[in-house]
Amino acid sequence: MADALENDQPLLVANALSKSYGRIAACRDVSFALYPGEVLAIVGESGSGKSTLLQMLSGQLAPSAGHVSYRMRDGITRDLATLGEAERRFLFRTDWGFVHQDPAQGLRMAVSAGANVGERLMAVGWNHYGRIRDTASDWLTRVEIDIARIDDAPRTYSGGMRQRLQIARNLVSEPRLVFMDEPTGGLDVSVQARLLDLVRSLVAELHLAVIIVTHDLAVARLLSHRVMVMKGGRVIETGLTDQVLDDPREPYTQLLVSSILPP
Amino acid sequence: MTAMIEIADAKKTFTMHLQGGIELPVVSGVTFNVNPGECVVLSGPSGAGKSSILKMIFGNYRCDSGRIGIRHRGAVVDLATAEPRQVLNIRRSTIGYVSQFLRAVPRVATIDVVAEPLIVNGMARADAQVRAGELLHRLNIPERLWQLPPATFSGGEQQRVNIARGFISDLPILLLDEPTASLDAANRAVVVELIAEKKRQGVAMVAIVHDDEIRHLIADRIVDVTSFAAAA
Repeated sequence: MADALENDQPLLVANALSKSYGRIAACRDVSFALYPGEVLAIVGESGSGKSTLLQMLSGQLAPSAGHVSYRMRDGITRDLATLGEAERRFLFRTDWGFVHQDPAQGLRMAVSAGANVGERLMAVGWNHYGRIRDTASDWLTRVEIDIARIDDAPRTYSGGMRQRLQIARNLVSEPRLVFMDEPTGGLDVSVQARLLDLVRSLVAELHLAVIIVTHDLAVARLLSHRVMVMKGGRVIETGLTDQVLDDPREPYTQLLVSSILPP
Repeated sequence: MTAMIEIADAKKTFTMHLQGGIELPVVSGVTFNVNPGECVVLSGPSGAGKSSILKMIFGNYRCDSGRIGIRHRGAVVDLATAEPRQVLNIRRSTIGYVSQFLRAVPRVATIDVVAEPLIVNGMARADAQVRAGELLHRLNIPERLWQLPPATFSGGEQQRVNIARGFISDLPILLLDEPTASLDAANRAVVVELIAEKKRQGVAMVAIVHDDEIRHLIADRIVDVTSFAAAA
């Protein structure tokens, strides 16, 4: 992590991003820079604009104003809006990951777990079946899925296993940036703890940059370096995660923090 | 001598928006320096703002005004205005914090909890674990517990794990918040010894200790926090 955090070139820059639907402003004037290896949590309640923001950042939704730029693997920073459809898809298959709250959205539920992981490798040109299968088993082990289940389809998996499989599928192509949308949202508390712990160690080991949307401040505290609090489509407070959570300044942030049950 | 910490006129107030916006002054005019190899103990009654000052030096609490100068890799950085990324860098390579309570990460083995600060700074896992084991030994945590997560340990055991984690790295500044609070006499003596070793290595320390005997043993200088009482 040492080098990653000291790398002075941002990986992704959001510049005055806004999105409105007719007269409703879902997201207003959001700017920030994300550096390699940095984990940023976007917190706020439903309707605060955090999911809209995540969609714009990941190039799935065109902003009404402002732009997102990303430093590609060749070192050149480009505006997402200027990328062609093929280039955007390639980014999504290689340098980016996207972990959905509902694993069914990020997995192919009817094909085997091994194929779910292997598919991303084939998309970047791997064609040796043995190597693909070895790498897939390797990743299943890393996310604590029993290799004996490699040929089973994820629809036969529990919720926690599906979510871990989705993470393996995303990380196998060695992305530099992973977007996560409420990754622990639908899980039991005990399953959540295990998943968070796994994500936390993988993020540190692989020097991943992560943008994670969550309404759960405990998730933000455990995983993120930095936090942005959103309300009514605006970022109302931002800073180091422990600073914002231990010394919140804005009335809304104080309300959020005071609403957490003590551990 | 060049100070490691230079605090000048730092001020902290809490505004409690949920209680009708009451202003809660904590401290103001906080001014003192800490030199390498020196342990400064903050004194004053409960509620005088000792922990708040420690948290301001760690960048955990933000300052309303004033300056928290930290010598980081040869240059002085003002923590009160530093960017989040810079604060993280400073915490990784300059300032360590030993809090009263371990914020345990579920499922991580004790030995790895202790070794983590070294691994983050680039030491090989095996070497870091050897150092972690030595410290756990000194702090009387039996080896059969090392592979277990500390979440289920007793309060005193958790605190010793936390102390091991705080003392393992070679950071030039250490902040100690009641490091001996729930320890027995033997373990208190170990902590006093660890602090003495850090002084010999030139580490600058700021500590809060309520125990008079321990304070007497570790303090090179006492800073009375009541002199920074904020005008209510």
